[in-house]
Amino acid sequence: MLPLFASVGRVFIAFIDSVGRLSLFTGTALSHVVRPPFYGRALLRQLVDVGYFSLPVVGMTAVFTGMVLALQTFSGFPSYVASSAVPSVVLLSMTRELGPVIAGLMLAGRIGAAVAAEIGTMRVTDQIDALSTLSTNPFKYLVVPRVLAGLVTLPLLVLIADVIGVFGGFLVSTYKLGFNPSGYLALTISYLKTMDVVSGLVKAGMFGFVVTLMGCYHGYHSRGGAQGVGSATTNAVVSASVLILLTDYLITALVFS
Amino acid sequence: MTTSMPPKPETATPKISIRGLVKSFGPNRVLRGVDLDIERGESLVVIGGSGSGKSVLLKCILGLVRPDAGSIKIDGEETVGLGAGARDELMTKFGMLFQGGALFDSLAVWENVAFGLIQGRNVDRDTARKRAFAALASVGLSEDVGALNPAELSGGMQKRVALARAIVAEPEIIFFDEPTTGLDPIMSDIINELIVDCVKRLGATTLSITHDMASARKIANRIAMLYQGKIIWSGPTAQIDHSGNDYVDQFIHGRASGPIRMEVRRA
Repeated sequence: MLPLFASVGRVFIAFIDSVGRLSLFTGTALSHVVRPPFYGRALLRQLVDVGYFSLPVVGMTAVFTGMVLALQTFSGFPSYVASSAVPSVVLLSMTRELGPVIAGLMLAGRIGAAVAAEIGTMRVTDQIDALSTLSTNPFKYLVVPRVLAGLVTLPLLVLIADVIGVFGGFLVSTYKLGFNPSGYLALTISYLKTMDVVSGLVKAGMFGFVVTLMGCYHGYHSRGGAQGVGSATTNAVVSASVLILLTDYLITALVFS
Repeated sequence: MTTSMPPKPETATPKISIRGLVKSFGPNRVLRGVDLDIERGESLVVIGGSGSGKSVLLKCILGLVRPDAGSIKIDGEETVGLGAGARDELMTKFGMLFQGGALFDSLAVWENVAFGLIQGRNVDRDTARKRAFAALASVGLSEDVGALNPAELSGGMQKRVALARAIVAEPEIIFFDEPTTGLDPIMSDIINELIVDCVKRLGATTLSITHDMASARKIANRIAMLYQGKIIWSGPTAQIDHSGNDYVDQFIHGRASGPIRMEVRRA
């Protein structure tokens, strides 16, 4: 019986230890956001990398999501309500939920993994120590630009994803389901509410922060060569994805309940 | 052969003074009370087997690892527990050559060399670029190399670039971590000569760690041996062959038998 308690205790202590380390890491990162020096060039590079180069993958997932939503809603709802349900379901789902969540998960796969692998490799090849010896704080130079880029660009990406997703629904509805284009657009606009879009963008900001923070955190603490970098990458993507869904629930509960 | 004698210290304060330095990683006691002084302009080499704590000693002085106990004074100022800003400021006195080079693979060679000038010291890009190319030339690398990525260079060239990066800001103190590891004997000698040249030119205080005795003899004024987390011997390079210390004798002659028992398994 004693070994069981011991292993439960060990797992619990390890969990508390990681929560503590993550909190300290987040606190340190945030404190460096407001203290000079600022590395504008590094930030610009990350804005392009995280934002601009994520556009194709986010756009593609958004258009297919919108198309599927239109099809599913049309086949799932009784025919007498489907004509008004399709535009509203596509719009609400995209702006409130699927736009931010799908873009967030895509960013976790694309950027969370890349950040963890890059910073992890820098860690195991002493490049992070080298930064310190060159009078450059690794938090300021590596962590802050990435986290800021995630925080700023994901809302912009989601705004674009919302438009593309709604357009995907529009395409399927008009070309395949026989909707009248102008009628569909008029219904979409009538259902459009600022609060839905804003709540989605707030979520997106949080998701962008979580994804880049997890990538930086796991990369920064990776140990032991290629295997260490590999598990840091996996942990970054898994923890970012879980945290995205958890944060999504918390924000939804806060805003819509 | 070392031709230059250790210069006389300018003041009584050593450049680096370490007292009672202790560091453990879990149950593994790596440093067990290191006492070491490095005088101004001196070139000290710390020798010791793998896992003897040489790298940890270096990282403690650089503030990359926080010691459990002890004091590290640089120019008479205590540096243990220094805040992030003060540490960045202190680091402007240092240059460091890492064992694997630790070049930033996302930057071109010249940007690597100029990095400390641009980011750490706010030198403008054009001036930093000129100084980087001058530093590359001083380690025997042409301008063409400056535009390449570090991954395109051989091991010896990477070491030279790393050396150029360590010296470009003309630091007061330079650390060399295993400068010749992984290089062929000829390239090792070239790197050793470059180190001796640079140090002489800059008048810097240097601390090197190595287990390559040829390198130690070439670059050191004084040699200290670290064994089981303590300095067990230190003296001028010329005396290393007559140290009267069985541990040092076994190490410098590379004998498997003797008082040093190598741990095959890590603790």
